[in-house]
Amino acid sequence: MRSEISIRIAGEAGQGIIAVGTMLCRLYKDTGRHIFAIQDYMSRIRGGSNFFQIRVADKPIFSPRDKADIIIALDKEAVAANKGSLAGGGLLIMDAEKYGIKNLEKGWLSAPIYSLALEAGGPIYANSVALGIFTAITCEGPEAAYKVSNKEFSGKSSEIIENNKLAVRKGFDYAAGRIKDCAFLITGAPHERACLLAGNEALALGAIAAGCKFYTAYPMSPSTGIMNTMADYAAKYGIIVEQAEDEIAAINMAVGAGFAGVRAMTGTSGGGFALMCEGLSLAAMTETPVVIALVMRPGPATGFPTRTEQGDLEFALHAGHGEFARAVYSPGSPEEAFLIAKRAFNTAERFQLPVIILSDQYLAESYMNICPPNPSVEPQDRGRLFKTGSDPDTHRYAYTDDGISPRVLPGRSNILAAADSDEHGPEGHITELADVRVRMTDKRLHLKMAGLSKEILPPTVVNPGAATMLCGFGSTLGLLKEVCAAAKNAGFIHYSQVWPFPAGATYAALKGTGRVITVENNASGQLARLIKRETSITPDGSILKYDGRPFTLDETLSALANFYSASKSKDTNPIAQL
Amino acid sequence: MDIKDFNSDDPPAWCPGCGNFGIQGSIKLALSKLGKKPQEYLFVSGIGQAAKLPHYIRANFFNGLHGRALPAAAAAKIVNNDLTVVITTGDGDCYGEGGNHFIHNIRRNVDMTVIVHDNQIYGLTKGQASPTSEPDMKTKIQPNGVILSPFRPLETALALDCGFVARGSAAEKEHLAELILAGINHKGFSLIDVLQPCVSFNKLNTYEWYAKRCYKLPGDYNPADKTTAQTKAAEWGDRIPLGIIYKSEKPSYGELSGLDKMKPLVDYDISHIDIAPAFKDFY
Repeated sequence: MRSEISIRIAGEAGQGIIAVGTMLCRLYKDTGRHIFAIQDYMSRIRGGSNFFQIRVADKPIFSPRDKADIIIALDKEAVAANKGSLAGGGLLIMDAEKYGIKNLEKGWLSAPIYSLALEAGGPIYANSVALGIFTAITCEGPEAAYKVSNKEFSGKSSEIIENNKLAVRKGFDYAAGRIKDCAFLITGAPHERACLLAGNEALALGAIAAGCKFYTAYPMSPSTGIMNTMADYAAKYGIIVEQAEDEIAAINMAVGAGFAGVRAMTGTSGGGFALMCEGLSLAAMTETPVVIALVMRPGPATGFPTRTEQGDLEFALHAGHGEFARAVYSPGSPEEAFLIAKRAFNTAERFQLPVIILSDQYLAESYMNICPPNPSVEPQDRGRLFKTGSDPDTHRYAYTDDGISPRVLPGRSNILAAADSDEHGPEGHITELADVRVRMTDKRLHLKMAGLSKEILPPTVVNPGAATMLCGFGSTLGLLKEVCAAAKNAGFIHYSQVWPFPAGATYAALKGTGRVITVENNASGQLARLIKRETSITPDGSILKYDGRPFTLDETLSALANFYSASKSKDTNPIAQL
Repeated sequence: MDIKDFNSDDPPAWCPGCGNFGIQGSIKLALSKLGKKPQEYLFVSGIGQAAKLPHYIRANFFNGLHGRALPAAAAAKIVNNDLTVVITTGDGDCYGEGGNHFIHNIRRNVDMTVIVHDNQIYGLTKGQASPTSEPDMKTKIQPNGVILSPFRPLETALALDCGFVARGSAAEKEHLAELILAGINHKGFSLIDVLQPCVSFNKLNTYEWYAKRCYKLPGDYNPADKTTAQTKAAEWGDRIPLGIIYKSEKPSYGELSGLDKMKPLVDYDISHIDIAPAFKDFY
């Protein structure tokens, strides 16, 4: 009996890897376990070598492991690509006859996956055969697998539903009779963390809960999942989801919708965000609320379309020409993604400016089981928005002590609404007066920054002042939690808001610390630079990973250990590269 | 409504004699005839001399980025279907910088009226070729003459099955006002390309140049006939037709998306949204 195992389903695109993965996530979650699942896939529609890996445990878990205890390979290439990831004592199951593999190595096991699939209706059902095998090996009854299979294929024809069920049965019976091994049994008990959610879905649900009425985007991996979820609920919640002709259109549409008075959002990845920069600046100049999800992937240029990186932190902080205030959030989990999406709309409307939510492929597409959120958290606050009004002298860009002017809706009162991308006076008309320029810049930049700085989301701090303090932002929250639980004398500070930067909370957390190390999914240590710039605290080094893959718990722990020994022998800032 | 109701107190920054004054007059004339109040209109523009026009008309306005008037305008209309949305833009703004939005917003067919001040030159940047500049026209940047083929907005719009395609002239105030009125009344994307002399930089396409060539489509012209419309849209040179070149009724974005049957999105109460049922799908 184990407290946790990791299982992996591998094969080429088009074989239904994600379907099996999500079904298994649901199965183990439903049977009282906790799960954390990552998707590793290539930017192609068919072929290639992809996998879906699920960590299953008897307690909440937040990061992936290096190796898998059970791997099912759905094609020959998957055997070669994944054999190195098999944990000691693990099982790699494949159809040796089908793939033409003669010599089975230690831990390899052949099963007639494809002849069982043919008996169920065709090779397409190989993934459901695999589901049955996994179910049997981990000592679950077939009913649990039928339940998730029926749910997964509920929109399909009854023939497809039945064939999948039959395939599950065949896989189950085969494995239960031959390779059932209670070594892979994981204990579990019913728990409250009943929702299975990835970051993209959580972000979309948060936006819907915030009252977003208009979502527009150009499809771009790995952000498209947000648009998919928004579209799924558009009819039910009265939302228009508009696919833009390009990202420039998307940001300008979002700003137009925000000006007209709804909560509006767009989402993209680095390349699309690059195209949005002028529109970001427009939102700032016109003081129009807009929320932008920047779901990072490795660049430059097209980079790795389907993989992960935290390389656009500095880009998000500095994107857009001119000087203006903005807020940049960086949720660390699906729960935070949901709450921060709600908060982001409040911030955008209260301060009348663009708000960026930094995510990445790892957070966006990794599944975890979480507690359904409390609906009363982050209640809606639309700021100084007036649906009706009667004072015709209400100026859109009136000077105020806090820099926030009244915002009226066009067409909803006798007050006329104005927005101007040129420098403008209080009434919104173009001006080139020097003193107006200074006052308006103070309003858009200094006064709004002062307001934003008063309500920065506090970072998560564990063991402040520990001998080693790790620092991270965004998707590494779960990793930091688990690393610090396993490493001696380590604590961490994790930022869910990186701008304005919480300098005060950083001083407090790092005071008296022996060593400060940032953990970042990028090549240059952008968070380390930000901390230094904003607090004058120079991190002692960084654990960096920039191969397009997320950190695993195991490699981060060993990098930390290596880091300690390496840093003893060097005077310069050591960087542990994974 | 009276024309004076649409007078802005912001003084125009246009050159004396600019064709924009004529277009501004036609717009105000059309608005006075429509009977809606200034607060019922939203004027949207990008950047350029034409794009300054929303400042010079009393109504709601959104003066956005160069080339990006159409997406902002389309979204504003989508979220508040009550607004009457008019875009004032130029040949550089709409056909150059914003060319992709021009194409796709014709396809999107949101109910809005696009008035393109087409002076065949870049004015605000002092005299470079525009997408509609005549071949061989010499400029500082094109000293040997323009070698790119001109963009044909009306033919492009027709190829995309735009439901309202018209050409007016800044020198024909009443005629242009009628086109604007018809454009606003047309449900869907309405394009009005307006020939507009640039007195400062376009020494070729002057008031006289246009006057010699432009003629109004006769009363028996049938704008519903697409084949004829294609011929008329392509007519350029010695004779240039003015009027509604093509008009057809086709479902707008509002009808196809279901928005026309909903209350405007801005009017939804969003203070208490029950997200719990959606979370149930993720159990």
